[in-house]
Amino acid sequence: MTSDRHQVAVEARRVGKVFGDGTSAVRALDDVSVSIRQNEFFTLLGPSGCGKTTLLRLIAGFEHPSSGQILLDGTDISREPPYRRPVNTVFQSYALFPHLTVEGNIAFGLQMLGRQRDEIAETVDEMLALVKMESLRNRRVAQISGGQQQRVALARALAPRPRVLLLDEPLSALDLKLRKEMQIELKRLQHQTGITFVFVTHDQEEALTMSDRIAVMSDGRILQIGSPREIYERPASRFVAHFIGDTNILDGVCEPGPDGAGRLRLACGLAASSPDPGRRGAVSVLVRPEHLELGEPADGEVIGVIERAVYFGTDTHYHVSLGETHQVVVRRQNRRGDASRLAEGARVGLRLDGDAVQFLDD
Amino acid sequence: MSAPALALLLVGASGPLLIVAVYSFLSPAEYSGVVWELSGDGWFRVVFSRDIFDDTVKLADAHLTIFWRSAKLSLLTTLLTFAFGFPTAYFIATRPQSQRPLWLFLITIPFWTNLLIRTFAIMEVIRNEGILNSALLALGLIERPIQILYTDTAVMLGMVYVYLPLMVLPLYAAMERLDFRLVEAAYDLYATRRRVLTRVIVPLVKPGIVAGSILVFIPALGAYVTPRVLGGGKNMMLGNLIELQFGQGRHWPLGSALSITLLVIVMLALIVYVRNVSSESAER
Repeated sequence: MTSDRHQVAVEARRVGKVFGDGTSAVRALDDVSVSIRQNEFFTLLGPSGCGKTTLLRLIAGFEHPSSGQILLDGTDISREPPYRRPVNTVFQSYALFPHLTVEGNIAFGLQMLGRQRDEIAETVDEMLALVKMESLRNRRVAQISGGQQQRVALARALAPRPRVLLLDEPLSALDLKLRKEMQIELKRLQHQTGITFVFVTHDQEEALTMSDRIAVMSDGRILQIGSPREIYERPASRFVAHFIGDTNILDGVCEPGPDGAGRLRLACGLAASSPDPGRRGAVSVLVRPEHLELGEPADGEVIGVIERAVYFGTDTHYHVSLGETHQVVVRRQNRRGDASRLAEGARVGLRLDGDAVQFLDD
Repeated sequence: MSAPALALLLVGASGPLLIVAVYSFLSPAEYSGVVWELSGDGWFRVVFSRDIFDDTVKLADAHLTIFWRSAKLSLLTTLLTFAFGFPTAYFIATRPQSQRPLWLFLITIPFWTNLLIRTFAIMEVIRNEGILNSALLALGLIERPIQILYTDTAVMLGMVYVYLPLMVLPLYAAMERLDFRLVEAAYDLYATRRRVLTRVIVPLVKPGIVAGSILVFIPALGAYVTPRVLGGGKNMMLGNLIELQFGQGRHWPLGSALSITLLVIVMLALIVYVRNVSSESAER
């Protein structure tokens, strides 16, 4: 909320990374630039192989960029070894030291920094309390559960009070319930410590719920950076739209409307007033399934048939066919009782609101 | 199922040992073998000697020197094989998976040749007119050959060469299992290269270090061929002393007593070593 909220903690400047050389060279990162602000929960989101982990490893110092710079608080650290960067990592595999106890693991970084014995003891106590692991401090790493190991890995990385905490898909090994708990826990820890978190994940839901800002990556490039809302509601490209949430991507044309406003006519038969009145010609648009409205056949502009209804608990996804070749997915929240539930084969009316339409420009 | 193995162990391992133990309490026969007459002479002579003229008893200096030399050389050999073997094993373990078999294969090549031949090859390198001295002379670095052959150094050199693979292989096995992500984690937590080595790698490959040390120390303590060829007659080790009693010395009870002594030393060394190592790792 203060002005230093927008100070940059980590910056990647036109960073490229190539593994191998000659014909076997693989370009993992291609001209990536990003500024991560102080106290921010920043997420690198993308499918596996998109370069998100490579970018994280460049910030940690395990790899060095082939081109470009990595800056920490404005200083170029591209060539610094990991042990000289005030940056710590929570590894996907946790990488806890099996020969040390829980306490020994958490103290490791502080010992390496040459801190005083009583200062180490104090910080370790503090960290154990922070991740609620006081009772297991003398356990060996092999004697605690996966979720507990996760907490120790967090405490170990937070103990030296790094400028930036890097998290490499830390929740991927946990079951769903534990994962949800840890998502809340991570947010709490970030809040409590005020440390900048850079979080890598391929799980779009995780990214949406936890992040202040998200960078969506694909093929070694950053496609879009924005808040979860921006990314979800205004995806910059077809890829981002597909990767984040469920999507209908529909083709159509923009025409002049009745009273000067634009009119959008889609190939599937749906039509709406155009959100961009001046626009003309062939377009592709994005419509989120929850933004389409289902009703009685008489209410809709277009009549469709429910091909498939997929029950998700909180909501149901209806795959509605419109004519021979077109299909859209509509999401509707479930209510108690069967009244709102539509059967497969039922005829329904569909309506599209112009506000729900997002033009795609690639 | 385990009965045949047990029987073999009992007959094959304990049997001969029992015979040796019994022989150590009998009297020597005139030429070789034993007379079935109870005697403590064999054990007495392990540490004491009796003057042939006036029957005075004193410590058997020669034996004690040999005990001391055996222990010292075996320990040094273990340390040196570790010093060379550790980086070697680390090097192999950090090669790409596809290259490792080749490196391991190279390590095992010396095993293809008979020990005696390998030892004579070393002799050829270090003797006064050998390759090393000739080269140093030719380069003008020395004026006269350095006496290496028939010294403790020669024996140690030979043993390091012979036993090095026995150190490298268990170390490699331990390092291959090492999760190198832990090394990354240590770097990330401000550990320098040296600290990563002493605080993470060494503790984690400790089972390999223990196995390698035992595999080198025990055969080194009882080494026979290497000290015999490279140490000459003077620089005897325990193995040579034992052989002497069964051969020219014609005192089988003494030879048997020395063998049991060797066994006890090895066992004591093992107990002390393993206990130290395990208590050390318990402290962490």
